[in-house]
Amino acid sequence: MFFFIIRRIFQTIPVLILVTIVTFILIHSAPGGPFDQERKVSPDVLKHLNARYHLDEPVWQQFGRYVGNLLQGDFGPSFKYPSHTVNDLIAAGFPVTFELAFYAILFALLIGLSAGIIASLKPNTYLDYIPMSSAMLGICLPSFVLGPLLLLVFGIWLQWFPVAGWGKIPGDKILPSITLGASYAAYIARITRGGMLDVLLQDYIRTARAKGLSTARILFVHALRGGITPAVSFLGPAIAGLLAGSFIVESVFQIPGIGRFYIQAAFNRDYTMIMGCTIFFAFLIVIFNLLADVILLLLNPKLRQEVIGGR
Amino acid sequence: MKFSASFICTLCVLILVLNACGKHKTLVEIGDQQQIIHINNMSEPSEIDPHITSGLPEYRLQMAVFEGLVLKDPKTLEPKPAVADSWTISEDGTEYTFHIRDAARWSDGDKVTAYDFEYSWKRVLQPEIGNEFVTDFFVIKNAEDYYKGKIRDFSQVGIKAINESTFQIILNNPTSYFLAQMDHFPMFPVQKKTIEKFNAFKERGTGWTKPENFVGNGPFIIKEWIPQVIFSVKRNPYYWDSTNVKLNEMHFYPYENVLLEERMFAAGQIHKTEFLPTAKVDKYRNSPAYRQYPFYASYYYVFNTKLKPLDDVRVRKALAYTIDRESIVKNILRAGQTPAYHLTPDDPYGYKPRASFNYDIPLAKKLLAEAGFPDGKGFPTLELVYNTHADHLKIAVAIQEMWKQNLGINITLRNMEWKVYLDARNSHSFHILRRGNVGEVVDPGTFLFTMTSDDPLNESQWGSKRYDELIGLTKSAKSQQERFEYFQEAEQILVDEMPLIPLYIYTTNNLVSPSVKGYYNNVLDYHPYKYLYLEYMGQ
Repeated sequence: MFFFIIRRIFQTIPVLILVTIVTFILIHSAPGGPFDQERKVSPDVLKHLNARYHLDEPVWQQFGRYVGNLLQGDFGPSFKYPSHTVNDLIAAGFPVTFELAFYAILFALLIGLSAGIIASLKPNTYLDYIPMSSAMLGICLPSFVLGPLLLLVFGIWLQWFPVAGWGKIPGDKILPSITLGASYAAYIARITRGGMLDVLLQDYIRTARAKGLSTARILFVHALRGGITPAVSFLGPAIAGLLAGSFIVESVFQIPGIGRFYIQAAFNRDYTMIMGCTIFFAFLIVIFNLLADVILLLLNPKLRQEVIGGR
Repeated sequence: MKFSASFICTLCVLILVLNACGKHKTLVEIGDQQQIIHINNMSEPSEIDPHITSGLPEYRLQMAVFEGLVLKDPKTLEPKPAVADSWTISEDGTEYTFHIRDAARWSDGDKVTAYDFEYSWKRVLQPEIGNEFVTDFFVIKNAEDYYKGKIRDFSQVGIKAINESTFQIILNNPTSYFLAQMDHFPMFPVQKKTIEKFNAFKERGTGWTKPENFVGNGPFIIKEWIPQVIFSVKRNPYYWDSTNVKLNEMHFYPYENVLLEERMFAAGQIHKTEFLPTAKVDKYRNSPAYRQYPFYASYYYVFNTKLKPLDDVRVRKALAYTIDRESIVKNILRAGQTPAYHLTPDDPYGYKPRASFNYDIPLAKKLLAEAGFPDGKGFPTLELVYNTHADHLKIAVAIQEMWKQNLGINITLRNMEWKVYLDARNSHSFHILRRGNVGEVVDPGTFLFTMTSDDPLNESQWGSKRYDELIGLTKSAKSQQERFEYFQEAEQILVDEMPLIPLYIYTTNNLVSPSVKGYYNNVLDYHPYKYLYLEYMGQ
């Protein structure tokens, strides 16, 4: 297992290098620069600003300088927010994005697992149809539609929750978490239902029933471990997707996470901020996928045998 | 289908609990009681240092924590004493002497002196700072030469602290709007002591503006600044007029989405929105919170006059004469905008452009035929570029249709993301381009200076010797009357040559809670915070 993890970590290095190079080329190819404003900057001022941020150097030299700083863990200064470094902004935004993703996955697991298990216990009854139809709706309804809908109903009509912000007004974390988690809850519900139905038809479950074990014991001790395996394997990409998908929800609810900084950075052509966020997200996605693989190996001995042999 | 009793009970309890959550006072109601105003600022400020920023969102915050030599009156926009309690202007209009009031203080209690202003303006003229408004200082004697390194001795520049309380400015020529610019952010003072402590004289982003380090001289001081969350300020006890400041705190939010700010207003989270989207105007038209008043800004289309067939004035006029501005304003914008037949908006202080033209389809057809395109035959397909915005799109579609119907020509539309649009604009990669211009001060020069042949903002690449001459003459005119006459003639040249198509004059449309007092409608949408206060209107 240890060697498997080390091998996977080494495999991520070329991925991150490629992401860095491609992003750097793309952002420097995009029309417009960080100092383009409504009021045109005079050539003199532009010359000094470019010199200040080394944008007057050839691109390859800029890239070399950037990578040099990156290896020391320095993402550089933000062009848009001169008083802040990219490290500062990521450090400020990531906990928020992570917290939002955490609540969303919690909501998704709570709703998704419950709905999936209930549906699998009573297949082809209303207890199956209602959650599964809702799940289909949840999958089909994108967060940029669901978010404003929830805002309209619970924020403006009923005034139960604030319509924007994060951590400043009681209850302002509820709607964004539900919005972000809803589609994942739906996926988890469907996957769990399928997994559980598969397991509940296995011989060892029939044996357990024949032995007279209680439904609860069969479910929680014997069936659940195998039944939620597909849902667990979905969790890695789901968390990666949650972190990346939080951009939209952060924009809808104006949450100060990295997603918002990232989107703004793209509009502002804040080169260092775009680079920093991209590399940081790429790193996170790689790590969460690795974590999901490790958890899957721990849960599934058959897979463990295939991947890492007898070690 | 039967629901169990416990399920129904749980549901009822949940609804009651949530309902209880909902029965709280809104932020606006609490703010009204505590004199804390909540305002959406539309964007995260890039910085607060007034010498390195260039945007309105930053200026709106800087107005709270800095104060210039004068402050415009919110009703009349007349310059009124601020840090300077009096000033004299020489007879030839080139020498300004400001007297700094004795009571003026920085937020750490130190005295604000003329030396602070001299130091601050010298800082703006350091090329390394990269101040984007430095050209505003070039009306001052030798300022441009000092900035460009032709003069190294700052004492030769017309910026001088005679003593602690006397600050003198010498201009190249009389400049009538100079006094009104004294409360614009590049002219704000910074404290020498703080700048030197952070080695920020020639350096950007040294952290001196972080709340724990900040020293300002405005009616408020920074209380909290969390990026993308809030920028809040509290009353500055050292401010010279603090007894007349009624607000205790101001909370600014950085939310860019205009629909969201309207939702926040509806939910009682903010006292004021920056905008009101066109689509929402009807909803609020009869609300006491809805404000609509003329705004000193112009919306127009620019021709790239170096490209064929737009190098032909007859073609440009034909395109300009076939746009039904009344219809655009009445049916698309629907928020009080005025159709424009000249570039500069009328201002309430005297300048009303006489130059004009008519909506005249027959004449336009005749001109187009004379230019070699009868009924639009043989006219190349041109492209109209605009930046992403629902209103720009609607207007462009309407104009595209008007040109097709009235002249028989096809124009394609191209929507561009903001920075791509700026790149196209600055590199002249367009045929026709949407443009807007907002006046910083109430003066026709704000609009007309940008059309001289050497002005970087003249994207049309059009030039006229006589026009340049007239603009030059406005800078040395002996009286406002004489100056306005030069502007009138320059404006007529624009209408005769049509390097751009004026479309409409903007209005300010926004929502301001009726509890906000001391907020006056004016053409610059300028609202000094020291005059604002809140009135609790609850039960």
